[in-house]
Amino acid sequence: MSKEDRRLLILEREMKARMYQKSVLLEILHLAHELYGYFDKDLLNYISERLNLPPSHVYGVASFYHLFRLKKPGEHVVSACMGTACYVSGVEEIISAIEREFNVKRGGSTADGKLSLFITRCIGACAMAPNVTIDNEVIGKANKEVVLKRIKDIIGG
Amino acid sequence: MKPEDILRIAREETEKQGFYKYRINICCSSGCLPFGALNLLKAFENAVKKFGVESECKVARAGCPGTCSVGPVVLLEPGGYIYQNVTPEKAREIVKSHIVAGIPVKEYLYANEAFFKKQLRLVLRNAGKINPMRIEDYIAAGGYQALIKCLTKMTPKEVIDEITASGLRGRGGAGFPTGQKWNFVAREKNTPKYVVANLDEGDPGVFANRTLAEADPHSIIEGMIISAYAVGAEQGYIYVRAEYPLAVNTLREALRQAKAMNLIGENILESGFNFNIELRLGAGAFIAGEETGILASIEGRRATPRPRPPYPATSGLWGKPTLINNVETLANVPPIILNGGDWFAKIGTPKCTGTKCFSLTGKVNNPGLIEVPMGITLREVIFEIGGGILRGRKFKAVLVGGPSGGCLPESMLGLPIDYESLTKAGAIMGSGGIVVIDDTACMVDTAWFFTDFCVDESCGKCVPCRVGLLKIRNILERIMKGEGKMDDIDLLEELGVYVRDASLCGLGQTAPNPTLTTLRYFRDEYVAHISEKRCPAGKCFKEQASLEVKE
Ligand SMILES: Cc1cc2nc3c(=O)[nH]c(=O)nc-3n(C[C@H](O)[C@H](O)[C@H](O)COP(=O)(O)O)c2cc1C
Ligand code: SF4
Ligand code: FES
Ligand code: FES
Repeated sequence: MSKEDRRLLILEREMKARMYQKSVLLEILHLAHELYGYFDKDLLNYISERLNLPPSHVYGVASFYHLFRLKKPGEHVVSACMGTACYVSGVEEIISAIEREFNVKRGGSTADGKLSLFITRCIGACAMAPNVTIDNEVIGKANKEVVLKRIKDIIGG
Repeated sequence: MKPEDILRIAREETEKQGFYKYRINICCSSGCLPFGALNLLKAFENAVKKFGVESECKVARAGCPGTCSVGPVVLLEPGGYIYQNVTPEKAREIVKSHIVAGIPVKEYLYANEAFFKKQLRLVLRNAGKINPMRIEDYIAAGGYQALIKCLTKMTPKEVIDEITASGLRGRGGAGFPTGQKWNFVAREKNTPKYVVANLDEGDPGVFANRTLAEADPHSIIEGMIISAYAVGAEQGYIYVRAEYPLAVNTLREALRQAKAMNLIGENILESGFNFNIELRLGAGAFIAGEETGILASIEGRRATPRPRPPYPATSGLWGKPTLINNVETLANVPPIILNGGDWFAKIGTPKCTGTKCFSLTGKVNNPGLIEVPMGITLREVIFEIGGGILRGRKFKAVLVGGPSGGCLPESMLGLPIDYESLTKAGAIMGSGGIVVIDDTACMVDTAWFFTDFCVDESCGKCVPCRVGLLKIRNILERIMKGEGKMDDIDLLEELGVYVRDASLCGLGQTAPNPTLTTLRYFRDEYVAHISEKRCPAGKCFKEQASLEVKE
């Protein structure tokens, strides 16, 4: 880890501010996830050590909640909303098109690590269904042509 | 701060707002934000400056007025003009014509009176009209006066009696009488006590609670402070999912401002009452909305439910008495305190008073966030407010109550929306999702979708739910592939009833609803899949068919 990497420091400061209480585990996980983007084993072990919790407990909580990723996401992230409104508006067709076009499975990344395809359950813009988010840009009332083109633009460039 | 200070702020703010002849409210809620709402805010500000009307026209950030399918949306007052699909170019034109020349731009207006006609906006009273990031806006709209009334003129018992008289029932799904629940917690001797506001809203495709928090966070906070006063709690938590960053930020800012005005904290408005609120972030687990699940999650554990009793009212957070309410329930509290329980009890139906917010989505012409009096029929909601089915297609079913709700057919459209009627029909009120589907949807596939969601979300603690739901999903998949047997229908029914009756918590107990209701109302579709290998909606078998052609 490089000297400039202050992420652990930030994490440590927050745990200290919360007096290393076991009950703040979820808050600490949130912060760690925000800092690192996903959890690897070392990070979870570190948290379990500092909060004096069994690693199994920390892993158990981290893996229970869908928001947390246990694998490093790709360079670009496409997340398709599979909430009810988006499902009935045909998001499945868009998802399978992405899977076919970029040779990626939902929940996974492409072999070159350029693109991950995630499924979310509702981003709160249901009236604009179906919604697909590409990195931070939301495409509402989406269709597969528009989405495929946008992804190509992004990972191509 | 004293109560008089709050009243003074209300006066001053009202006066300040009175200087402006016009107010342009730009919806910056989740439905519009991704589609350029913030640019629009700037565009309006620039336009107002450019045309020199800054002194008479206020441009403000606002929450959702409800018409989310035509975003970005702008609400122009006075007159309640809603402009749809607004772009920066349109913004300049709107300012030029509507504000400068006094002529509304007809072509850009959301000309749909039917959408609002049957709505009654109590909970959403301020949504779209005030700036959620400014507590002064809420106070000028009469906010925190209910709290002042409670703290200065009412005993905790009187507050509870008023809520009981109103007939208010929990909006989180089960419809438990709110006054009674408050009473249970109030009479507990064990201290400290806690209150929890439930904003987990795990139903996919439902955005009513989140939009409320984004549009009017203080209505929730005020209701929560009043509930804490009534039951004698000094600490509260708002549990909101981290996937709602805008709701989280709005609430965080609202809490900060409320604290700065001593509306939360020590010795609130010099009444001697102390109450603090902290945010707790969920992390995407539907089950964390269940009341014992939410407690486990706030304590930093996996959100697995536990058997009840003991109920949270006796043994909740860290074993202490805890009041858990849905945020919409809480937002109902201030108007009840101000107008009286009797006033509220006259709205809706005798057993089901007040209103309910719904997110109306799917294949309707006017999807959006609506609030209607209890007892309104599904038909009115879908065909009047919702404007009927998209592209003139045929209505097939309406999904009420989220992933563990039911799928109701055309013959049930006359059903009044209240807890008992929906449950009798096999659906539930849930947290307020109404999703309409048309004749292009396959009902077996729909049942599969919801079952798949519940399989994903099952916490795995008890066997009926963990294994039973998986079995149901597998059978549905088999049927969709054309490998189903006639016996499967009975098997599904048997399994569904078993999972419903034997599961530990509400998730398992309601998860078979979509399967059971589709079997009850759309059995012919199952039969067609099994005996004719045909999908009436033409959705299943498609891939196989195209594969065969290729070969
Ligand atoms: C699986 C499951 C998920 C739930 N999700 C929520 C939710 O997201 N929000 C909510 O307010 N209540 C939810 N509930 C209901 C809560 O358990 C609880 O009844 C409610 O928060 C109580 O508040 P109320 O009396 O104001 O309705 C859920 C229940 C179950 C079984
Ligand atoms: S019914 Fe399902 S979600 Fe509820 S406790 Fe059992 S396994 Fe967990
Ligand atoms: S269901 Fe997709 S945004 Fe809500
Ligand atoms: S989110 Fe903008 S109108 Fe509903």
